[in-house]
Amino acid sequence: MGDRILAATRKGLFTIARGARGWQVAGAAFLGDNASMLLHDARDGALYAALEHGHFGAKLHRSDDGGATWPEIATPAYPPKPEGDGDRNTWKLARVWSLEAGGADQPGRVWCGTVPGGLFVSNDRGATWELVRSLWDHPDRRRWFGGGVDQPGIHSILVDPRDPRRVLVAVSCGGVWETTDDGATWNVRAAGMRAEYMPPDRVHDPVIQDPHRVVLCAGAPDALWCQHHNGIFRSTDGAASWQEIENASPSVFGFAVAVHPRDPETAWFVPAIKDEKRIPVEGRVVVGRTRDGGRSFEILHAGLPQVHAYDLTFRHGLDVDASGTRLAFGSTTGSVWVSEDQGDTWQTVSEHLPPVYAVRFCAAT
Amino acid sequence: MAHVVFTANLQRHVPSPPQDVPGATVREVLDAAFAANPRVRGYVLDDQGELRQHMVVFVDGVQVRDRVRLSDPVAPDAEVYVMQALSGG
Repeated sequence: MGDRILAATRKGLFTIARGARGWQVAGAAFLGDNASMLLHDARDGALYAALEHGHFGAKLHRSDDGGATWPEIATPAYPPKPEGDGDRNTWKLARVWSLEAGGADQPGRVWCGTVPGGLFVSNDRGATWELVRSLWDHPDRRRWFGGGVDQPGIHSILVDPRDPRRVLVAVSCGGVWETTDDGATWNVRAAGMRAEYMPPDRVHDPVIQDPHRVVLCAGAPDALWCQHHNGIFRSTDGAASWQEIENASPSVFGFAVAVHPRDPETAWFVPAIKDEKRIPVEGRVVVGRTRDGGRSFEILHAGLPQVHAYDLTFRHGLDVDASGTRLAFGSTTGSVWVSEDQGDTWQTVSEHLPPVYAVRFCAAT
Repeated sequence: MAHVVFTANLQRHVPSPPQDVPGATVREVLDAAFAANPRVRGYVLDDQGELRQHMVVFVDGVQVRDRVRLSDPVAPDAEVYVMQALSGG
């Protein structure tokens, strides 16, 4: 059961702990600094934090003592851009947008997804990083484009628990990509996705899809859920094909999705009015839950603000713990809520944090 | 020797005391300063070795023009200030 949550925010990294008086903010690191992503590596207990200094660039830090100290580790760096290369993307790290641990039999392996679209890998816990050239040099990579930011970015990295040589990454806006040979080769896996922001003959182009977030059911790894820019999609065949879920209410727009760690039919979403407005429908913060693979949705709101609430939850702002019972989500307004009953009821942890970018459960240390 | 001073705001992230270093261009001066203090490089220059978007360098009070190759000349006893640009907030 997850008793601790870390929240990466616009102004620091916050620890939220479950104590005698419920869930409370219990500590802060990097106060004042923009924390874009975090990772708790359950294999060795290490914590990773990505910072995004406005002037000084993106940086990575790791804590090996449960968050007491945070020495800086290596920053993923792009290689020199060849003279005359027409790539419209810079070859400069703009943001660390995803961090994930490798497989149980890959000690030290950490994956790092970035804006402007480079995937980096470390085999020494971030002491050194290498750009995954096989994906960066794939000709279709140059067709990716930015969604909400100027350049494309890798925001979801899914390591197959059955075989960590199989990895999926999801890109805004560049579809979903799969390697089955530990990153040597990549294939796009977005068949069935639909992009209504494209001209008619490009709607089903897999390489320009905008999956806002993709998650994988650890106990049934062929089951994937995707909150896409213009809908919710599901795969039951390991991303070989995707089916659109059209009946989600109150909206099919949003950024975040979480899937139950063992029940692939159960997933949660934080919907908003698409696309031009990006506020909760009718100013009510709700969570959508399906328990039947998307055939039906419940709208959960007990404990959530229902009057003039304009909290938006970004793509990494929702998480479910390893038990599948506890959920947490944070918002652009600096609110964080926790549920201990799969979303039936919610407790307010804070309404006054900085804008929340990422929320993740981690085991207590 | 040029006298290189880094913005005080950088000190919170990485120690970067003033240095007296040789060099005839901004690139040569900064490279010499980074050789003695390698961690500072990534805070000032980006992946391509260019001045970061929201950083500025002044040589004897004049903002450098070449932010890519850092070829602006530096006099032997110049004062070089590496500062934050307010464009970065």
